[in-house]
This record gives sequence, C-alpha cells and structure tokens, in this order.
Amino acid sequence: MSTDTEARPGAQAPGRAGTLRKHPPLYRRRTRAAWGFALPFVILFVTFTAGPVLMSLAMAVTDIRSRDLRNPFAVEFIGLDNFVAVLQDPMFRKAAGNTAYFVLVGVPLTLAVSLGIAVLLNAGITRLKTFFRVGYYMPVVTSIVAVAVVWRFLLHPEQGLINEVLGWVGIEGPNWLASTTWAMPSMIAMATWRSMGTLIIIFLAGLQGVPTALHEAAALDGAGAWQRFRHITVPTMRPTLLFGAVITGIGYVQFFEEPFVMTQGGPLNSTLSVAFHTYNQFGFGNYGYAAAMSYVLFLAVVLLTLVQFRLLGERDTPRRRRRKAVPVANKEVGR
Amino acid sequence: MSAATDRRPSPVEPSPGSPVLRRTRERPIGTARPNAVAYAVLGLGLVVVMSPFLWMALSSIKSEGEIRRVPPTWWPEAPTLDNFRELFERLDFPQFFTNSALVATAVTLGNLLFCSMLGYVLAKSDFAGKKLLFRVVLGTLMIPGMVTLVPLFVLVANMGLVNTYGGLILPFLAAPFGVFLMRQFFLGIPDELIDAARVDGASEARIFVQIVMPLAKPALATLAILTFLGSWNNFLWPLVVATTEDKYTLPVALALYSTGQNQTDYGLLLAGAVVVVVPVLVVFLLLQRYFVQGVAMTGIK
Repeated sequence: MSTDTEARPGAQAPGRAGTLRKHPPLYRRRTRAAWGFALPFVILFVTFTAGPVLMSLAMAVTDIRSRDLRNPFAVEFIGLDNFVAVLQDPMFRKAAGNTAYFVLVGVPLTLAVSLGIAVLLNAGITRLKTFFRVGYYMPVVTSIVAVAVVWRFLLHPEQGLINEVLGWVGIEGPNWLASTTWAMPSMIAMATWRSMGTLIIIFLAGLQGVPTALHEAAALDGAGAWQRFRHITVPTMRPTLLFGAVITGIGYVQFFEEPFVMTQGGPLNSTLSVAFHTYNQFGFGNYGYAAAMSYVLFLAVVLLTLVQFRLLGERDTPRRRRRKAVPVANKEVGR
Repeated sequence: MSAATDRRPSPVEPSPGSPVLRRTRERPIGTARPNAVAYAVLGLGLVVVMSPFLWMALSSIKSEGEIRRVPPTWWPEAPTLDNFRELFERLDFPQFFTNSALVATAVTLGNLLFCSMLGYVLAKSDFAGKKLLFRVVLGTLMIPGMVTLVPLFVLVANMGLVNTYGGLILPFLAAPFGVFLMRQFFLGIPDELIDAARVDGASEARIFVQIVMPLAKPALATLAILTFLGSWNNFLWPLVVATTEDKYTLPVALALYSTGQNQTDYGLLLAGAVVVVVPVLVVFLLLQRYFVQGVAMTGIK
C-alpha cells in the first residue's frame, strides 16, 4: 500500500526503485499539487466539521448557555464539572440505560436477521435474488419522517395493522407506543426494519469470499449445514461481521430519529436516548452541559467499537496474530 | 474495490437449460440446497418488510373515515385522490419539492467534485501530511452528529446563513464518506496509467480531468445517488436551519405537519408520506445496482 511506503522529503539519495517518488524537489512539487487538490475539501471540512468538533469540546469545559452567545466574556472555564453533572443526572442515567437496551438488543438482532437473510439469499435460492435484495433494501432509502407516519399507524392499538394481524392468532396486542414496556421494542423493530438492507448487501458481498472448497470438503466429511455455517461461514466472514457490527453499533448508539419522530422520548421517558436528551438540553440552551453529554456519547461509540473488536476480531489463531480486521478509518483497500 | 463488486452475482443468470453451469455457479456442493423453505422464509420476510409501503400507498387513497375504521381495511373501498388534492391545496408542496431538489443537487455536485479531488490524491499521490489528513478526515466518521450540532448552528448563525439555501447546503458540501468511497475506487486504478501520463509531462490537474475522472464514472454515479438520497432524506439540520415555510424541505414540512395540530389528519399525512417516499423509491429502483456497488465498495476488503 502506498500509504505505508510514504517517502520523506530529503530522506535519501535516489536509489534504483521508486527514484522519482523519493526525489526531494519533485516530492515537494507533488506535495504542493496534492494540497492544491485537497484544499477545497479541507477548507469546507475545517470550517464545518473539524472546527465545530473542537468548538464543542471547548464548550464542554465551560458553563456556556445560549444567552452567553451575545456576551462571551460571561463564560467561565469550569473544567470537568459538566461531565460530573452529566454522570449524576438521573435523566442521563435513564437515557443511558435506554440507549444500552436499544444497542444491546438491537445490534445483535439486526446482525442476526441480516446474516440469516443474506445466507438464504446467497445459497438457498437461485431465482429472484435481485428482486429480494431490492425489496429488503427499500426501507433504507425511505425518509424517517415518512416511516414514522406509517409506523405510527401500523402500531395504533385499534386501527393498526399489527394488532389486527396479532388478533388473527388470538393475541391482543398492546398499545405499543403508549406502553413503557413495549415502546422500546417497537423502536428496535423499526430500527431493524430500517437498517437490515445495508447489512444484507454487505454480508452478501462477504459471503462471496467464503471459499466453496472448504464447504465441499466439510460436506464430504459429513458436516451438516448448521455445522458448516458455524465453523466455516462465520469464521471466514469475521472481518465482514465485524465491519457490520461496527457500523451498526455506531449508528445505534446515536439512536435519535426514531424517538424524535415517534414518541418524543415517551412514555415516561422510556424511549429517551442519550442523543435525544442531548438535543433537548441544547434546545433548553444548556450548551456547555449538552456539549459534555455529546462527548460522553462519542466516548460510548469508541468504547463499543473497541469491545466489538475484542469480541469479533481475529481470535482463532492461538498466538493472536492480528490482521485485516481494521475499522473504516484505516482500512487498507485494493492492492 | 475489487473482488467484492466483481463477484457480485451477475445480472444475467445462467440459463435454466444448462444444469452443469447452474450447479457450479449457483449452488456449489456443500451449500444449502435451493429449496422451498428458503423461498418461503425469504418471501414471508419480504412481505413483512414491504407491507408498510403497500399499506401506506393503499391507505393514501382511502377516505378519512375508512382509514379510521376498526378493524382496519386493507384494500380501499372507494379509491379517491382527495387526500392528495387537499395536500397540494393546503400546503405549498411544489415549493418544498423545489427546495429539496435544489439542496440535494447542490450538495451532490459539491461532494462529487471535492471528494473525488481529495480521494484522488489520497489514493494516487505521495505527499507530506497525507496520512494525517486521511486519518483526521476518516476519524470524524465516528463522531456523533450531536457533537457538532450547536457549534455548527452558532457558526451558521454568525455567518448570517440561518434560513438560507447557503445554510442548508454549505455544511454538507464536503463529506468524509465521499472521500472514503472515491479513494477506494481510485486505489483500483493502475498506477502505470497515471505514471505514464506524469512521465509524458501532464500536470496533475490534467491527469485528473482527462484520465481519472472519466474512469471514475461508476464510482461517481454511486456517490451521486447515495449523496442525493442522503440529502433528500436529511431531516434534523433542515429542521433547525429552515425557519420559514419558503425554505422547508419535504421531510421538514411533513414532520412539522405531522406533529402539529394536523396530527390527526391521517389521510393528508399518508398522502404526504407518499409524496416524500415515491420519488426516492423510483430513483432507487431504476438505479439499484449502484447502491449495491456503493455499499459493497465501502464495506468489504
């Protein structure tokens, strides 16, 4: 990979291979040209992404509130007080519990359902593959606002389709979104419905990389379908599964849109998420406090990603050779 | 890019008349037998996944009374377009539609240009600061949107861009995701091609415009579609920045309408949902292979 063989200006005299790249004047000229290419993106990125990220961190260690925007000198540095306050806030704890519930149930469920469908699509059928793939992907491209409108109907206790269908088999469905017990499972079901299309496509691509020779050999040795899935497909797919788990986890920790459009965090805060609580605090003008909470959320994303690497990363080799399974950020591609 | 996209099941399935080919391509020995159970499970799953869409479309042409009926009806008894007519009379939908289209187009064009420029040098050039730049840009993919929301709003407000198209567009013109996608694609272009042009004395700009960009059409198409749809469906930022109706995008209009005093105008809401969703679904169905490519390209290997 070219990134790994990066030349340093003036590092050495021209050798035989790659002389052009290591030639200092040329390298300097190329650096200028490259930054010229990068400049428009970098300016926009620094202004609208990197700048606000740092600004937010600065806010997190001050007592800034919305009214201070007009009088910035009233803002005081208060160190980690906001973070302490966040961790002591009972609403934050409630929201953190809800978010953990959503992530710990939602991510495995979404992964399992998507993997199941991908395996069936890959090996179980021969026709209509594109048809199924397109169908399962449709919710991904649909606006959450429209989804919310429709799902509020589907989940309606009397007029809703879901309770109607449950009624056919003699189950009296609850008032989903008004129940502190059932509101969160409704959110999880909706999120699964909305996210699995992407994972199915990722897993389908990953399944192409499972060597058929292994399957054939195992089948000859009498391994059943489940055994082969468990001991061949899953281990070979590990980097793909890890990738799927990481992107799903990053999205689910930031759980916000579903409660925002469906329940406004209710009933009785049972679907209040950390991201939604942060948004509310911003709305109340508690900027410093909310910024601190958003960084706690960021920390949660990082921690979850690390845990997933621990759980799903390479571990079959006893000597713990680490390879390949790298996050999006430094994934090396194409060779 | 690579293997993942190349090994995508070919759109041309082997003809049923060639059992040998079929057996090796579609069902290698040792994988599950194609069977009715698989079709049944997948079909049932698909019904579950699709039924919200079907129900939305069917109910949008029902009368208000029929929508509220208990038990719910599936097929409309007396199909009517009243909901749509009322929607367009009461709300300025052409304006919302234009806003959505304008913002999404501008954001898409910006991303195509800026992301491919950066993606190109990250993939095909060695220069001081490259690794750092790549890591910083990609690192922000993990940062929750909540982190930047308020500083970004303060910034846009200070620039006087609240409730302007500029405020809706500028923060999204350069997205890290696009850089990642384009870089992935450019890595797959042979170095020899570019080195040959360099040796011939072509400038980087000329190489980019005349050699690299024409080759990148599939990746550009993928990025264009994903960016356009992302922008079309974007909801939180327009909700915060657009403060008067003439700047609302479709999702904002629908969201405010559905949570405001019209919350119980079920027929109107469903018609609104159809108007928001159908253009996107049409685009998606026409161009679905690019979505698959895009997801597979960034996902694997």
